[in-house]
Amino acid sequence: MSAAAAAGAAAPSAAAIAAAVRSGERTAGGVLDASLAAIAAGDGEVHAFLHVASDAARADAEAVDAAVTAGRDPGPLAGVPVALKDNLCTRGVPTTCASKILDGWVPPYDATVVERLRAAGAVVVGKTNMDEFAMGSSTENSAVGPTRHPKDRTRVPGGSSGGSAAAVAAGFVPVGLGSDTGGSVRQPAALCGTVGLKPTYGVVSRYGLVAFASSLDQIGPMTTTVADAALVLEVIAGHDRRDSTSLAEPPPPAGRSLDRGVEGLRIGLCRELVDGTAPDVAARVREAVEALAAAGATVEEVSVPEMRYGLSAYYLIAPAEASSNLARYDGVRYGLRVDAPDVASMNTATRTAGFGPEVKRRIMLGTYALSAGYYDAYYGKAQRVRTLMIEAFARAYATVDVLVGATAPTTAFPLGERVDDPMAMYMSDVCTIPSNLAGHPAISVPFGSGADGLPVGVQVLAPALGEERMFQVAAAVERAAAERRGTAGAGEAGA
Amino acid sequence: MTTPAALGRDDVAHVAALARLALTDEELDRFTGQLARVIEHARDVAALDVADVVPTAHALPIRNVLRPDEPEPCLDRDTVLAQAPEVEDGRFKVPRIVGEAP
Repeated sequence: MSAAAAAGAAAPSAAAIAAAVRSGERTAGGVLDASLAAIAAGDGEVHAFLHVASDAARADAEAVDAAVTAGRDPGPLAGVPVALKDNLCTRGVPTTCASKILDGWVPPYDATVVERLRAAGAVVVGKTNMDEFAMGSSTENSAVGPTRHPKDRTRVPGGSSGGSAAAVAAGFVPVGLGSDTGGSVRQPAALCGTVGLKPTYGVVSRYGLVAFASSLDQIGPMTTTVADAALVLEVIAGHDRRDSTSLAEPPPPAGRSLDRGVEGLRIGLCRELVDGTAPDVAARVREAVEALAAAGATVEEVSVPEMRYGLSAYYLIAPAEASSNLARYDGVRYGLRVDAPDVASMNTATRTAGFGPEVKRRIMLGTYALSAGYYDAYYGKAQRVRTLMIEAFARAYATVDVLVGATAPTTAFPLGERVDDPMAMYMSDVCTIPSNLAGHPAISVPFGSGADGLPVGVQVLAPALGEERMFQVAAAVERAAAERRGTAGAGEAGA
Repeated sequence: MTTPAALGRDDVAHVAALARLALTDEELDRFTGQLARVIEHARDVAALDVADVVPTAHALPIRNVLRPDEPEPCLDRDTVLAQAPEVEDGRFKVPRIVGEAP
């Protein structure tokens, strides 16, 4: 299929589906049928899903329709089909993190986000492909094979939440959930042409998210519109006593700023998030910023030089935390066990057979960064650089309200291009990592396409708990992208 | 300010053993080359003089979290054990521990 043909197939937004189901105009069962039919027709080639939970989804949909029939409101996501990255625990439905070490594991509990989605009327359709344990930027590190870009099957969808991004971009579901440790929601969203949000650290509970790097991990939605991302965030955000790092204060408002416009806002075009990106990507970012200026914002170029250390700091901190978190896969309590005469050799045999090459690289890298003689030089330095990054952001936000830049340095790259060169793959995250290190929110909004006709994402970054402002600007970027296409209401076809 | 030596084959063999991963000779060569490139990139950070900067382990202000110590239901034991590779008498079963090589 050509990129243009696929881009024309805009599915209804989550907000439109929920409105139709709440009013009785559509049934959740009918919406689910359409979603399952689209998956059956298209996912053989795309491979976005690892597991389609048809029976559980049918039960969810029937509960929503029964509520409507009984005159009860099923909630703001009534009947909305949702795809979940396979590192989000689902009771009774396999959760594998696309790893052989968790093959066949069926969690005995739901992640908090899954409970909250269902309580809001959403229908969980299935679990999506990912880089093993969320380690990667292309979804090629999946133990069950890669996901392909819905608009060009020879390209990657990005990663690590590539399955959820592809499921939304292909029109299988209007909402996907991913996890973003160094850009794993925003980067695949940019490459596939969807909206992708990483909330402020602690806004969304991590309970039931399989841990990768606990001080960086945050769950976020992938959607076809900015308004849908705000809608889903409002459902999944909020304190959870089962995640001690979830923020006690009420979550930041998300949806109410979307129509405010950007008149009088101060926008910083972030030099480090433009320099070094491909010329076509940089051109789209500059066009987006010009559109914001035309809409009444004040634009200035801002430099956050400490960002240049982000990649190194991230690839010490994240593997260090991962090496500790993944120690739990020892063949004792769940998942794979490879038999051996004693416990230590059983642990080794299990981990050697169960983990793929990238997971092994990260575990070894983290073990090295934490080991005696290197701790101060690597992990200790990286933590201090993290402080410098936070201070540099604070200086930038003293003069501007939000920062704008690219989400990813390039458009979707060919399958296989970077898989044997870890450092080249890591470079895909260079624009998204700084927000994770600082704990800040950031969102990727589709804005035009590159020279190859594939989507480009423009990233809007805000300070901690600055979601309201971030959404205000993201909505303006979305309107500008729609004007650029010569159509009205980005992604709102069918609404 | 000095930076540590480049990562070599012995370092990779050492951390693999610490992390309970067995590597073939071919894997040891390949991983050494790949990890050395990442560590080489990280020398920009390792070379910084940031002795007077406070390290950040958690990006946002965080405080200790306490809750009342009240009994409440937890996961059912049989449900949890059903996911285990091997079980005996309501417990996880593992191979021999005592007497294994240090």
